[in-house]
Amino acid sequence: MWRVGKVVALHDETSTARTITLEVPDWPGHVAGQHVDVRLTAPDGYSAVRSYSIASAPNHESRVGITVERLSNGEVSPYLTQEVAVGDQLELRGPIGGWFVWRTEQTEPVQLIAGGSGIVPLMSMIRSRVSAGTTAPFRLLYSVREPGAILYRDELQALSDRDHSVSLTYAFTRAAPKDWSRPPGRIDAALIAKTTWPSNLGPTSYVCGPTPFVESAASLLSASGNSPDKIRTERFGPTGDRK
Amino acid sequence: MSIVSRGFSGRRSATDATLPPGQYLTTDFPVLSAGPTPHVPLDRWEFTIKEGTDVLRRWDWKSFRELPAETITADLHCVTRWSKLGTSWEGVPLDTIFAGVRTNSSYAMMHSYGDYTTNLPLVDLMKKQAWIAFRFDGKDLAPEHGGPARLLVPHLYLWKSAKWVRGMTLMPEDKPGFWEGLGYHIYGDPWREQRYSGA
Repeated sequence: MWRVGKVVALHDETSTARTITLEVPDWPGHVAGQHVDVRLTAPDGYSAVRSYSIASAPNHESRVGITVERLSNGEVSPYLTQEVAVGDQLELRGPIGGWFVWRTEQTEPVQLIAGGSGIVPLMSMIRSRVSAGTTAPFRLLYSVREPGAILYRDELQALSDRDHSVSLTYAFTRAAPKDWSRPPGRIDAALIAKTTWPSNLGPTSYVCGPTPFVESAASLLSASGNSPDKIRTERFGPTGDRK
Repeated sequence: MSIVSRGFSGRRSATDATLPPGQYLTTDFPVLSAGPTPHVPLDRWEFTIKEGTDVLRRWDWKSFRELPAETITADLHCVTRWSKLGTSWEGVPLDTIFAGVRTNSSYAMMHSYGDYTTNLPLVDLMKKQAWIAFRFDGKDLAPEHGGPARLLVPHLYLWKSAKWVRGMTLMPEDKPGFWEGLGYHIYGDPWREQRYSGA
């Protein structure tokens, strides 16, 4: 069933990523980690559909926020990040997905590992934790190209300053800030050992990002003693156009 | 009736006509799995057919690879909307796997290393519609794409083509597998766009 959402806010997160907030009157509610399908339709009836992770926490205002990264060869993402205006209507279907989700009833430690725009569904989990006021301890390991590519930077910083049960580690792959202790590079076993929950605490891990990133991070978690059934993954391919 | 998106023209290509509704073409091979990739050593690999508590058939890697295999060219359609056309595989048809098996069951639950499951009607596995595939594009199947061996049932959405298969259980009634129990369609025909249950 396709629903109609009205664009009520637009926010540029970086030079290539934009958050679109939709008001969807008949929205049934969602769980952090789920995604929606968005459909665009041309005047002649041609349509294109892509999936986007929900960035916003579940709420009572029938609002759904998605953050879309513009892909240079994309068909849908350039429209969503450059053309869409406040007041436009967009069609969407969802929420979809019941596996890569974090529910506010979960009390075990949570390990989030994001690669690039893979942060989006994990941000929904963090926001969901905040709005529900629960105390499940969260750790986020966020691998990103360079400081300028960080999504939700200020919000994440404010949150981890205010609440020490949400800890935040960045790993820069291409360019790190000047005084950064770790040289630019991919996530490796040493970083996993130093910054993620010890496996004997029984954390549930959520790993989201491009396929090679997820393959690598999930294998490292598994190798460090985490049970595979406690590691949930969501991958997107280079042409997947999915956050 | 869909709403026209102001200023959207889209990017059409000649191949769109040959794709199931709502799909777009890709030339790479994206990976979608719910968890880490299992690595299954060949000397511990096995494939079984069970019904209730009975084991009807069992193969180890050596006896499985002695079964006659064939090359397959197939179009793949993923529920996340990418399609990949003309992919090349090598595998054993399920007709061969089932040879001599007598059953009154009408459905099968596929089981994978890593505990993934997916359900299929038995008729969809017969008549050269499904294979246990172990080579892709002339090479041994990589673990992230389901190696050592995966189900290939290309006329259904790709989540039905379970990776890392270890066996199947025959069932008198249809029951949902992993994704089918999480909101995805019980059957999953891409040409009828059966993506989600009731959505």
